Amino acid sequence: MSARALRAAEVSAEVLYRYTLHLGDTSLILAQRLGEWIGHAPALEEDLALANVGLDLIGQARYLLSYAAELEGKGRTEDDLAFLREPSDFTNLSLVEQPNGDFGHTIVRQLLIDAWQLELFERLQYSTASKLAELAAKALKETRYHFRFSAGWVVRLGDGTEESHRRVQEALDGLWKYTHELFAPNEVDGQAAAERIAPDLATLRAPWDARIDEVLRQATVVKPAHVAYAWHGKNAQHSEHLSRLLAEMQYMQRTYPGAQW
Amino acid sequence: MGTAAGSSVSNLGSLTEREVWQLLTEVPDPEIPVLNVVELGLIRHVRSERAGHVEVGVSPTYTGCPATEVIQHSIRDHLESAGFGDVNVVTVLSPAWTSDWLTESAHRKLREYGIAPPAYSVAQPRHLFREPTVRCPLCASAKTERVSEFASTPCKALYRCIACLEPFEYFKCI
Repeated sequence: MSARALRAAEVSAEVLYRYTLHLGDTSLILAQRLGEWIGHAPALEEDLALANVGLDLIGQARYLLSYAAELEGKGRTEDDLAFLREPSDFTNLSLVEQPNGDFGHTIVRQLLIDAWQLELFERLQYSTASKLAELAAKALKETRYHFRFSAGWVVRLGDGTEESHRRVQEALDGLWKYTHELFAPNEVDGQAAAERIAPDLATLRAPWDARIDEVLRQATVVKPAHVAYAWHGKNAQHSEHLSRLLAEMQYMQRTYPGAQW
Repeated sequence: MGTAAGSSVSNLGSLTEREVWQLLTEVPDPEIPVLNVVELGLIRHVRSERAGHVEVGVSPTYTGCPATEVIQHSIRDHLESAGFGDVNVVTVLSPAWTSDWLTESAHRKLREYGIAPPAYSVAQPRHLFREPTVRCPLCASAKTERVSEFASTPCKALYRCIACLEPFEYFKCI
């Protein structure tokens, strides 16, 4: 292999690693947030539902972080990546690290991300990275159930009582500023798209809008105006909430390094 | 596609591989112990390259299903205790597991166990989420309603029978 070809291969491997890590971090952090509901949801059925959605996300995260660790080739494992990195190393979307708030707030956050994952996985099935394609095909089936669950609740709450409507609208207004990041490619997204590892993020926007618009219409909730300020969790620029989340999630491994059970 | 697994038993593979398929029908699912891992469509391939060696390809139902690791351990233990010294259990993600792979015997056993089996084939050209008719596994009434999309395991939803008023679980189509 020529020096130039070798450099190109190294760049590809680095892009694939960083893109895989970004998707894995997003699933992991959202799973941790949903896990916080266990024992606290408004009804047993919703407690189980949020835990089950979280479990699917943990499954995605484990697969993606294991693959990222393998790509990195430094002997780290999925657990090292999850439990022994600093907040400034995480590249999850800012949306998923936002605190749960009330049940309506959690459900609105879930709707926004479920619709995004649906559109992403639909296209990621055709990734040139076969490991990502395989995961996407599998996760897509699960995500359809996640979306049906979150969309159903947003409609029920939005078109429910005055109180539930107000809370869902406020949640949407508060979370909307984090949605810009879902469609604005950073350097890794751009390179991954160029190598056909990932879809062009901009192509997800219209179908995502269509899904969200339909749910909001049924929920009698108003879509917020575009916001100028963009968050960049995937560039490892996080809100203070991520540190607290990680402090809890990583506590055991930080306190008892290497503990297993 | 239990028939595919079935045909693998009869048509493909060496004597060892057929023997392994047979042994695998003795490994129960930890969450739904009336079913074995073959009936659930979890076993994607069995290969034997030399005496004492066997590789088993296992497809997880849902990506995060906590039973997956238990199942893989059970398979290894069972084959080792049957005399295989070199057992390799590998995860097969593609093609993604589908409830269509449950065998007919699995459908019958689920019903007898009190769980409504998958109501339709996802391979059929119908919309995935047209509401299926889920029959009560206890009184067979079609008058049932969904209580929750999710239940005690990732593969099931929670239903209630309007006729006999019993709650029950439904094995989701995926």
